[in-house]
Amino acid sequence: MTGYLRDVAALARKDLLLELRGRDTLPAMLLFVVAMLVAFRFALPREVEGAAEGLLWVAIVFTALLGLTRAFVPEREQGVLDALVLAPADRSAIWLGKVIAVFAFLVAVEAIAVPAFWIFFAPLGWATVAAILLANVGICTVGALLAAMAAAGRARELLMPLLFLPLAIPIVIGGVGATVVAEPGRYLGFLALYDAVFAILAWATFEYVVVE
Amino acid sequence: MLLGGGVALALLWAPEDADQGASQRIFYIHVPIALTAYAMFGWGAWKALRLLGKREERYDLESYTAVHMGVIFGVLTLVSGSIWARASWGVWWDWRDNQLVLFLILFLFYSAYFMLRYSLAPGASRANISAVYALFGVVLIPVSFLAIRLAESFLHPGPVVLTRDVGENVPGSMLLTFCVCLAGMLALAAALYRSELLGKRVDARLRELREALA
Amino acid sequence: MIRARALEKRYGDRRVLRGLDLSVERGGFLLVTGANGSGKTTLLRVVAGLAAPSGGELHVDAERARLGFLAHEPLVYRELTPLENLDLFGRLYRVPERRERAGMLLERYGLWDVRHERAGTFSRGMLQRLALCRTLLHEPDLLLLDEPFNALDAGGAALLDAELAELREGRTFLVATHDPQRLAPLATGRLALA
Repeated sequence: MTGYLRDVAALARKDLLLELRGRDTLPAMLLFVVAMLVAFRFALPREVEGAAEGLLWVAIVFTALLGLTRAFVPEREQGVLDALVLAPADRSAIWLGKVIAVFAFLVAVEAIAVPAFWIFFAPLGWATVAAILLANVGICTVGALLAAMAAAGRARELLMPLLFLPLAIPIVIGGVGATVVAEPGRYLGFLALYDAVFAILAWATFEYVVVE
Repeated sequence: MLLGGGVALALLWAPEDADQGASQRIFYIHVPIALTAYAMFGWGAWKALRLLGKREERYDLESYTAVHMGVIFGVLTLVSGSIWARASWGVWWDWRDNQLVLFLILFLFYSAYFMLRYSLAPGASRANISAVYALFGVVLIPVSFLAIRLAESFLHPGPVVLTRDVGENVPGSMLLTFCVCLAGMLALAAALYRSELLGKRVDARLRELREALA
Repeated sequence: MIRARALEKRYGDRRVLRGLDLSVERGGFLLVTGANGSGKTTLLRVVAGLAAPSGGELHVDAERARLGFLAHEPLVYRELTPLENLDLFGRLYRVPERRERAGMLLERYGLWDVRHERAGTFSRGMLQRLALCRTLLHEPDLLLLDEPFNALDAGGAALLDAELAELREGRTFLVATHDPQRLAPLATGRLALA
C-alpha cells in the first residue's frame, strides 16, 4: 500500500516538476480564468439573479479543460508513457499522480479566481468553496482519464472538450446548485456521489486506457 | 416482423383510447424508443465489459454496434419527444422534460464516442479505450438523471410538475399496446443490430482474406 | 524464458505478426532481423507486455521489475534533467541507492557533465545514451533492445559494445537490429522476420 502511495507521490512530483520547468499551463490557466470573468461582466447586460455565479462554474470548467488538455501531452508525445507503463508500479498510480497534479493546478487557479469573482461580482459563501473543492475532485479524476484517451489519438485539442463537457454537465449542475440555492446540502451530496462513483470507475479502468 | 405487428397494433388499438387525444399515441412510440436506446447503451456497456475481461476482438465490434444503435434510437427519442412536446404543449423543446434533457446529454456523450474512435488507429488500444468510454456512458445515465432532477429546483422555481396525461389507472388495453410496442421496438433494434453486426463481420472477413492473399 | 507459439498481432486489418514461433532460454541472446516494417518493434512491444497479442500464446518468465526495454524513442522527459529522469524511474523501480546508481551510470555513459541540463537540449546520440541508463538502471534480467546502436556515434557504440559484453553473463536478451554482424558473436540464435 505504501509502495503504491510512494509511486503516486513520485509521479505527482514529476508532474509538478514538469510544470515548474515548462511554466506554460498554469499561467495560461490563470490568465484564461481572469479573462473569462472579465468577458462575463460584459456578457451579462442585465443583472440577472444568480447568472454570474453560474458563469463562474462555466469559467472553472473551461479553465480546467485548458489544463487537462495538456495533461498527458508530454507522455504521449515523447512516448514516455510506455516507460511508465512498463514500470512495476500499478498503472492506476499514473492516473492518480496526474489527478493530484491537476488538482493542485486547479486549486492554485481557483485561489485567484474566487477572490477575483468576489471583487468583480459578488461574495461567495462557504458552500461554494466546498462545492468547488468537491467539483475539482470530479473534474480531475474524470478529466485525467479522458486526457489519457484523447492524447492517444490525433486532434486531441479538439477531442478533449467533446469528451469532457458532457461528463462535466452534472458537475456544473451540482456546483451551481450549491452556489445559488439556500440549502446546498443536496448538491454537495450529489457532487460527493459523482466524485465517488467516477473516481472508482476511473481508477479501475485506467489500466485499460494505457495498455494495449 | 414483430415491430410491424407492434406498430400496427399500436395504431389500430389506440383509437380505443382516442379520448386522450391523437397526440397520446406518440407515447407508444416515444417511450419504447427511449427504453430501447437505454437498452442498447446498456448492451454496449456489457459487451465493453466483456471485451476488457476476455480481450476478444468480437466484443469490440459488438459493443460499437450496440452504441451505434443506441445513438440512432437516441436521436429518434429526441425527435419523437420533440414532436410530442409540440403536440402536447405547443413548443418543440421544453427544458422541463427531464427525459429529453437526459437524452440530449447522452447524445452529446455518445457522439463523442464516435469522434474518439475516429481519432484512434484501429487495434486493441482503440477497442480498450472505446470500451472504457462505453462504461462511463452507462454510469453517466443515472448520474445525469439525478443531476437533472436536482437542477429543477434552481432552474425553474415554481410549479414544476410537468406531466402528460398518461393516465393514473393505465387501462389494460393501453398497457398491452405499450408492451407490444416495446417488444416490437426492441425486436427492431435487435434486428438492426444483428444485421449491422453481420455486415461488419463480413467486411472484416473480406479484408482479412484480401490481406492473406496479398 | 520467452516462449511464443503462433503469435499474432493485428492492428485492425493489418497483420504485423503472423504465426510466429520463438523460444529463448534463460541466458540466451536472440537477434531479430528484418526490413523496416517487418514487425521487429511490434514483437518487442508484445514481449515487453506493452501490447497484448491478438492470437497465439506467449509466455514471458519475467516480471516488469526485472525487465528492461530500450525502445525506438528514448522514452525520457525532455523537460527534465538526466538526474531527475533517473530519479523518477529509480523510485518507480525501487532501485536501492538510486542516486548512486544513477550517478554511476551517467558517468559510465559520459553524461555526468550534463546531468543538470534538460534532456531537451541533448543530441540524438546523448538521448540514446540516457535511454540506456534508464534501461539499465534497475539491473534487469531480461533486456529487450530495439536497434540499440541507432543514433550512437563511434564512442557511444563502443561503450555499448563493451557494456553488452559485460552484461551478457546471466542475462537474457532479445535484440532487434539492422546490423546483425555486429552482435553475432554474442548471439545464441537468430530470428528473421519477413
